[in-house]
Amino acid sequence: MNPKELELYIHIPFCVKKCSYCDFLSAPATEQTREAYMAALFAEIEGRAKDYKDRIVTSVFIGGGTPSLLSGDRINQLMEHIREGFTLAEDAEITMEVNPGTATAEKFTAFHAAGINRLSIGMQSAQEKELKMLGRIHDFGSFVQVYREAVEAGFTNINVDVMSGLPGQTLASYRDTLEKVLHLEPMPQHISAYSLIVEEGTPFAAMAERGELPLPEEDTERAMYEETIEVLAKYGFHRYEISNYALDGYECRHNVGYWIRRDYLGFGIGAASLIDNVRFQNGRDLNTYLAHSFACREEEQSLTTQEQMEETMFLGLRLVRGVSYEDFEKQYGKSPEEVYGKVIAKNVADGLLTVREEENRGRYLALTKRGLDLSNYVMAQFLF
Amino acid sequence: MAAIDQSKIRNFCIVAHIDHGKSTLADRIIEKTGLLTSREMQAQVLDNMDLERERGITIKAQAVRTVYKAQDGEEYIFNLIDTPGHVDFNYEVSRSLAACDGAILVVDAAQGIEAQTLANVYLALDHDLDVFPVINKIDLPSADPQRVIEEIEDVIGIEAQDAPLISAKNGIGIEEVLEQIVKKIPAPKGSPDKPLQALIFDSVYDSYKGVIIFCRVMEGTVKKGTMIRMMATGAKEEVVEVGYFGAGQFIPCDELSAGMVGYITASIKNVKDTAVGDTVTDDNNPCAEPLPGYKKVQSMVYCGLYPADGSKYPDLRDALEKLQLNDASLFYEPETSVALGFGFRCGFLGLLHLEIIQERLEREYNLDLVTTAPGVVYKVHKTNGEVIELTNPSNLPDPSEIEYMEEPVVNAEIMVTSEFIGSIMELCQERRGKYLGMEYIEGTRALLKYELPLNEIIYDFFDALKSRSRGYASFDYDLKGYERSNLVKLDILINREEVDALSFIVCADSAYERGRKMCEKLKDEIPRHLFEIPIQAAIGGKVIARETVKAMRKDVLAKCYGGDITRKKKLLEKQKEGKKRMRQFGNVEIPQKAFMSVLKLDDKN
Repeated sequence: MNPKELELYIHIPFCVKKCSYCDFLSAPATEQTREAYMAALFAEIEGRAKDYKDRIVTSVFIGGGTPSLLSGDRINQLMEHIREGFTLAEDAEITMEVNPGTATAEKFTAFHAAGINRLSIGMQSAQEKELKMLGRIHDFGSFVQVYREAVEAGFTNINVDVMSGLPGQTLASYRDTLEKVLHLEPMPQHISAYSLIVEEGTPFAAMAERGELPLPEEDTERAMYEETIEVLAKYGFHRYEISNYALDGYECRHNVGYWIRRDYLGFGIGAASLIDNVRFQNGRDLNTYLAHSFACREEEQSLTTQEQMEETMFLGLRLVRGVSYEDFEKQYGKSPEEVYGKVIAKNVADGLLTVREEENRGRYLALTKRGLDLSNYVMAQFLF
Repeated sequence: MAAIDQSKIRNFCIVAHIDHGKSTLADRIIEKTGLLTSREMQAQVLDNMDLERERGITIKAQAVRTVYKAQDGEEYIFNLIDTPGHVDFNYEVSRSLAACDGAILVVDAAQGIEAQTLANVYLALDHDLDVFPVINKIDLPSADPQRVIEEIEDVIGIEAQDAPLISAKNGIGIEEVLEQIVKKIPAPKGSPDKPLQALIFDSVYDSYKGVIIFCRVMEGTVKKGTMIRMMATGAKEEVVEVGYFGAGQFIPCDELSAGMVGYITASIKNVKDTAVGDTVTDDNNPCAEPLPGYKKVQSMVYCGLYPADGSKYPDLRDALEKLQLNDASLFYEPETSVALGFGFRCGFLGLLHLEIIQERLEREYNLDLVTTAPGVVYKVHKTNGEVIELTNPSNLPDPSEIEYMEEPVVNAEIMVTSEFIGSIMELCQERRGKYLGMEYIEGTRALLKYELPLNEIIYDFFDALKSRSRGYASFDYDLKGYERSNLVKLDILINREEVDALSFIVCADSAYERGRKMCEKLKDEIPRHLFEIPIQAAIGGKVIARETVKAMRKDVLAKCYGGDITRKKKLLEKQKEGKKRMRQFGNVEIPQKAFMSVLKLDDKN
């Protein structure tokens, strides 16, 4: 029997400066705090690894925050600790998030040498005005340079983030951003296109409250979204998840893993894990973590079969290909129709869901294009 | 127990404007007369419903008997009857007053006379009560007792120079109040040997004793074994027990005779049989005539009450039944609505009464309710000569069958400082008020008199009054009668279907405006669906306003950080929860609170 697969997520909660829309767990920190954090992180990796000797790690994702703040040496040490503790698959996808304001040619060379084989670069926009509004620390020029340096360092699997629905953004400016990304040399292999969500507690939320956030009208925002699908398709990108587009073969394996509920283990503060249908999460307090990184697990939740089914549906439907009937039946001994017959029928009738045969892979239940737009509306119905 | 000397009894009540300290003074009187030590004393003994304490108002009449040893060395029995403090309960107030021989008028030393002060004091004088004033809250920095004394003398015309200056809260001046009760309030009259004649001023239901009648014996004597008869309702039972009111408890005694205040139990099952204002007599030796002033309770305001969860209908019925055991003024009958299913049309004394019942149903009976817009009772004169009393707008006959309609109007008195007279007059004008006159009270304050349609004041008039006078205006009204008016039924169509529970009756002149606002409000309340939903306001099939709830175009969590599934699930759960609080109407889901939105049409102003 093949060893069971596992994904690793490493959280680096530091950044140069918090962006105006960001509600992730990250903040600026001193060199000293960062050193202490990395030591705690290494201890956590070492401490936990022994329980997963039978697993094969198919992907690693170093996210944040801004992992590219770290030096090449630090990333190398991190990778060494991971390799020491876990068995990495030969073709494991190892991604690292990069803020264009923090990377240099030397760093990229070191990251590549350390074994990182995929980069996710937070460009967000090609318009200086929009970048400034977002509170980003880079301009478009520096992004282009960083991108070139990454390519020169040997990276051949790069994601670029773009955002739509930004304050002050117009359809023309968004179109221009897309075109600029698609005309990078070489073209990136993956594009994440998010539309902005104003999250509670962020500076954007406060501005929106005061009426100072000039968000585009609904019609414009929707036009941007349509534009993304159309323009990217022209350049060979297919949409495989609600907000993610890739050239064939370049879908982010790590992220797909989340949606098909592959087991994953998170390291660092606030990092979440799913192991054998138990979800747990590290505490979000930095000082507690620094003191006992190996013992700050909180909120352990053993999922009931019903909860597992709910997750299979509302996570799986994020993928454009949908939820596999075969996998569902294998896991639960029932077909999706037996469990969710009414909901499926209603949403198929409403034109939000569709059942289709995928070549060689059997039947899939998937959101239609309209269903993808209204995914929360559909997914909520799959909760018991 | 020795026979009680009638000349040593004082039956009295306290009248005041809301918040002038009526309940606090009552507490002090009870405490000082030694019935309870202050340690035993829970704040405001007389207001014993949780709701009463929270709202700071008395909903049901209560009574308590205490003994006071006066400076003349004699012991006096005080029967303090606490009266409801809100205009909704005016009739109950009048019956409580009729049970007394005198009244203490409490006036706030800073605020002076307010609309309810006047209304209540006139009510007391109408019942021939001897009234003496007390100036409360003299410890407030803004207190001006001398000004208030002059105001009382000028406006009400009662002697106030020797009014006790007190602080009920801090126990200052209470002795003087007790002495004046002895000196200024007359002892009751009446003969214990005449045929029994007792006034019911309240009654409560007790699951062991049955109905407990609160009464004042005017003439005659009642004791265990007397066969009593309620003269208006005709109910007859043998007395099981008589007694008087301790603090929070019933203390049995041998008999109640003329001049005394106490209770009677007689295995009566329903408070409907012991209506407030009715006369209790001895069936074997009846009095010649009932006491004057009895009125059948009439509901002034009606609304539909529906369980949010249709399967809870039997629970709602049981809860209403139980509440009615103790509240004869609550009316209900089953009705059905296309939009809301099975529920009840309920009648109340006023909007406060409605809110209290609604809150009690939700709190004490744990029911989740959908309430339709409250309305008043209209008289519909049909072309065939028939007159119907309309309590539910859905039952309005076809316009071709209607000769004309009448609506209830009230005489309202509004007390306001002169700087706000303009804005209050404007408000009354907007609410179709008819100006009757204005009296100045000591230069800076005026009493405005208006005739107003009841349906214009039941919603938010009081709030509007307060907001337009920075809280200074006070208000009182009583029902004048019915007047002919140009009224129409405004229907609301959602997705081209009439939603019966949203229909309401409105004056034709303001129909367009209200229809427009209603559509705007509903547009905000109804969530976007998969399809476009027109919202229309119509009169007799003719659409007068329209809004559209656009179809849902985007409901997606774009950036979903993979690891944090719990957060995503919470979001979806919230969304699902939200749907549960909706009413399915055809293809459209209408949130419960939308049915109350007609009440809040003036929010944006």
